[in-house]
Amino acid sequence: MTYQPSPLRIARESAKRRATVRSRLIAALSTFFLATALLVILTSASGFHKVTGAFFNWHHARLSFPQVLNGLWLNLRVMVIAEICVLILGLLIALARTSVSPLLYPVRLAATIYTDIFRGLPLLLVLLLVGFGIPGLGISWLPSSTLLLGIVSLILTYSAYVAEVIRAGIEAVHPAQRMAARALGLTTAQTQRTVILPQALRKVAPPLLNDLVSLQKDSGLISVLGAIDAIRQARIYSSMTFNFTSYVVAGALFVALTIPLTRFTDWLTRRQDLARNLRGQW
Amino acid sequence: MNQLSVRNLRKSFGDELVLRDISFELQPHQVTVVIGASGSGKSTLMRCINLLEEIDDGQIILANEDITAPDINPDVVRAKIGSVFQSFNLFSHLTVLQNITLASRKVHGVKREIAEDQAMELLSRFGLEAKARSYPDLLSGGQQQRVAILRALITKPQLLLLDEVTSALDPILIAEVLTLIAELKAEGHTMLISTHEMGFALKVADELIFLQHGEIAERGNPHELLADPQSEGLRAFLAAMREAGRL
Repeated sequence: MTYQPSPLRIARESAKRRATVRSRLIAALSTFFLATALLVILTSASGFHKVTGAFFNWHHARLSFPQVLNGLWLNLRVMVIAEICVLILGLLIALARTSVSPLLYPVRLAATIYTDIFRGLPLLLVLLLVGFGIPGLGISWLPSSTLLLGIVSLILTYSAYVAEVIRAGIEAVHPAQRMAARALGLTTAQTQRTVILPQALRKVAPPLLNDLVSLQKDSGLISVLGAIDAIRQARIYSSMTFNFTSYVVAGALFVALTIPLTRFTDWLTRRQDLARNLRGQW
Repeated sequence: MNQLSVRNLRKSFGDELVLRDISFELQPHQVTVVIGASGSGKSTLMRCINLLEEIDDGQIILANEDITAPDINPDVVRAKIGSVFQSFNLFSHLTVLQNITLASRKVHGVKREIAEDQAMELLSRFGLEAKARSYPDLLSGGQQQRVAILRALITKPQLLLLDEVTSALDPILIAEVLTLIAELKAEGHTMLISTHEMGFALKVADELIFLQHGEIAERGNPHELLADPQSEGLRAFLAAMREAGRL
């Protein structure tokens, strides 16, 4: 026998449909009014035309685009290199901080001090310290390329964040999982590698990707050291034309770069909820 | 030769002595069931035997080896003992098959194909072969616990410790798990079981141990013990069990 929807279910579904139509209508109206209000406030401002001319000039956008895009290629390489190094270094620091062996006490201490310092220091300050301080030391075998030192600064700062996220994940795995693994005869290291870390990384994938998105946009800060990236190119263009549109172009390109990773994060979170049967009516 | 001898075992948490002078033996193929109220020390006793807890005093001897000697490597000992817990503790990121084969691959160095063959053979013997590729979250509690037992079984342990393995299950699922344990007894596994299922204890136990306040208050043949309890403690415990409809 095929299932015939009960009158109750039919009534409930049509009520739901009515509620959906109503809420969509409300959303459309409120969006319309808010947008209109914003538009009126902006266009009535005395400097509106000056600002749109300086920042949103289509002619300058077209002209500066190739130059800024060329700079973005550098950001892209910086992002990828920094992200890979950050994930590796962050993982190692997290493992050091969650280790229990007395032998590793100095490593644990160093990792704790490191994360405390680099989570607190503004990235700009790290960039200046590393970028100008290290070449200033005059040690011949240390690298002096501003680009390289910029990447190092990004890695130093973001590894501290990522390490804390991974550590939180490790500590969020239920202790009984560790006990069960040890009861099977797995060593501490085997337990960490095959049981704890895979679960921990799964738990923290969304916040981890969030940090990587943040790293991507902060890669633009290496321009303060003189690396010719997208933002530096925008500045060069702007200083030659006295128009700021190139900065907006650079901004738009950065947003376009981070959106895929952001959407991927959302998708991953949703998939995890689904896998845990955490979807329902509440 | 005894498969397991526990001699004058003491265990304390802080200044509270939770196991006082526990001594008993298990012959090969023997099944001993430990009963007692919550807090009587059943789980602690189990955890001492697979070295998840450090004991204060006494000796535990597994097949002629003193596993409480100071220079013993706990990982090696645990690999010889199969442990199953009340809360299943399957690894949620691994499939049923991966859960079962993990220890034999990582600890005993068995090749993946061989380990998987052994696991599939076990799974099909106990009617779980359809679940081999499933993740634990999608299994019923009874299926999860049966998988957890097979995970402990695959490395052919010298001793199986089953700690209240049915306490988190409803009656129908309890029956599934108890059937499996009864089959293990028939296969000749040496087992130490703690449980609140008195009917089951009567069925599988060669010996019954009644723990009270960290001491063995009574031990012996299960039918004799239940028919004629000597201590006030066991009489009260059995009366409470009857009251709860568990006996």
